[in-house]
Amino acid sequence: MTSAILDKLRTDKMLDLLKQGRRLDGRALEEMRPLEIETGVIPKANGSARVRLGNTEVITGVKVQPDKPFPDLGDKGILICTAEILPLADPHVEPGPPNEDVIELARVVDRGIRETEMIDLHQLVLVENKSVVGIFIDSSVIDSAGNLFDACSYASVAAVLSSTIPKYEIKDDAPTLVEGVTSKPPVKTLPVSVTMARIGDYIIVDPTKDEEACMDARITITTNSQGNICALQKGGENGFTVEQLLKCSELALSVGTKIRKRFEQLM
Amino acid sequence: MTEDGIRCDGRRVDQLRNISIKVGVLKNANGSAYIEFGKNKILAGVFGPRDVHPKHMADQDTGILRCRYHMSPFSVTERKNPAPSRREIEISKVLKEALQPALILKDFPRTVVDVFVEVLQADGGSRCAALDAAAVALADAGIPMRDMVSACAAGKVADRIVLDVNNEEDQEGQADMPVAIMPNMGKVTLMQLDGILTPEEYKTCLQTAIAGCRTVYEVQRRALVEKYFESGAH
Repeated sequence: MTSAILDKLRTDKMLDLLKQGRRLDGRALEEMRPLEIETGVIPKANGSARVRLGNTEVITGVKVQPDKPFPDLGDKGILICTAEILPLADPHVEPGPPNEDVIELARVVDRGIRETEMIDLHQLVLVENKSVVGIFIDSSVIDSAGNLFDACSYASVAAVLSSTIPKYEIKDDAPTLVEGVTSKPPVKTLPVSVTMARIGDYIIVDPTKDEEACMDARITITTNSQGNICALQKGGENGFTVEQLLKCSELALSVGTKIRKRFEQLM
Repeated sequence: MTEDGIRCDGRRVDQLRNISIKVGVLKNANGSAYIEFGKNKILAGVFGPRDVHPKHMADQDTGILRCRYHMSPFSVTERKNPAPSRREIEISKVLKEALQPALILKDFPRTVVDVFVEVLQADGGSRCAALDAAAVALADAGIPMRDMVSACAAGKVADRIVLDVNNEEDQEGQADMPVAIMPNMGKVTLMQLDGILTPEEYKTCLQTAIAGCRTVYEVQRRALVEKYFESGAH
């Protein structure tokens, strides 16, 4: 019972503040927490980034290696994006197979990068239908304080931008590393995800863990550099009105533009 | 698609596939429904409110909802591994979150309502069709509900916004947006998007999907009326 009362008090407090246009941590409704991006943190990876979004912290590594293409996609390289919440990131996370929240996290991050067509996968083909280069983007949440979707997404994009792609050639029918030759990844556009929460009638950007505990519903919208909406996921145990969804798409574009500038500095 | 907007399966851009729903098709379940949505063939069964196992999942303040979306190995062209895939786990989660707002489980503390959805044959838009069947099965089970949940996808195919993307269109499609609404409360409870849309197309796509959901709602309503009023079963 205690927790139900605390939840109610916390939600009431939050709604009181939201009425005045404020949040528990002093931010405006449409304001992101401070974002720090540091690249090249794991020299053994082909690309890496450490992202801090408020108290949420994620490390992403990119590994590039030759692979076989998917049977129905012989003209494209492989892109795989994963995410996990490490047990050291949160007292409520235990080691073991990923639960549905973690699977959703990984799939939403993957969808953002895949559906915007950030990386031109056609340029990663060595021999059509036989041999391609695979890009593996693995994110580890090391400190969990809300909005893991955007933190993992930003770390993944930053890690890709900082990566160098080694050159492979076919020798004796097998892909072989050409020493000392690398190139920049074939990046076509910069995906930016923006996650918003609805608490009562209010839409807030970049919810903290406390806000996520009180939210009615959540939405993550990923836009590209051209101002299009490319991926979206609604979550949480309630819904949105159409007006709210249209407002969220506008917010995703306007907030996304600011974040995208940060990525442009990395290029 | 032809010049005048006739699609590969003969539909107009704003036309749904044929939908039929049968209520109460399973003997053991507390509520059930079978939907044919185009070539999708999907069964939904509801159990509960009943005791929660494992016990630690129980909530002393309210009943909880669990949802499992599963595809039969024979439901798609290539045999599908029967173990739940990551895609199925994600869909199970979004279906649960789409149904949750419609249910009133406060009066059943420490219990669970289980929704099991089995896709016997899949043909694009199976998560929406699954949701349509699950919502009807919940009503059939007599679970208190604020509203129905009706789902339908819209998308972008050959540069046009179309309603209810089928499998063939989805392969070539530019965008797919599954949407579910509570039709009387006007709330969107499921929404996803794969693919690139301009802000204007996003708006049109959302409105197109919602119009489709409203048509689906009529089919759901008729299916329930047929069982409970016209057949005189209750």
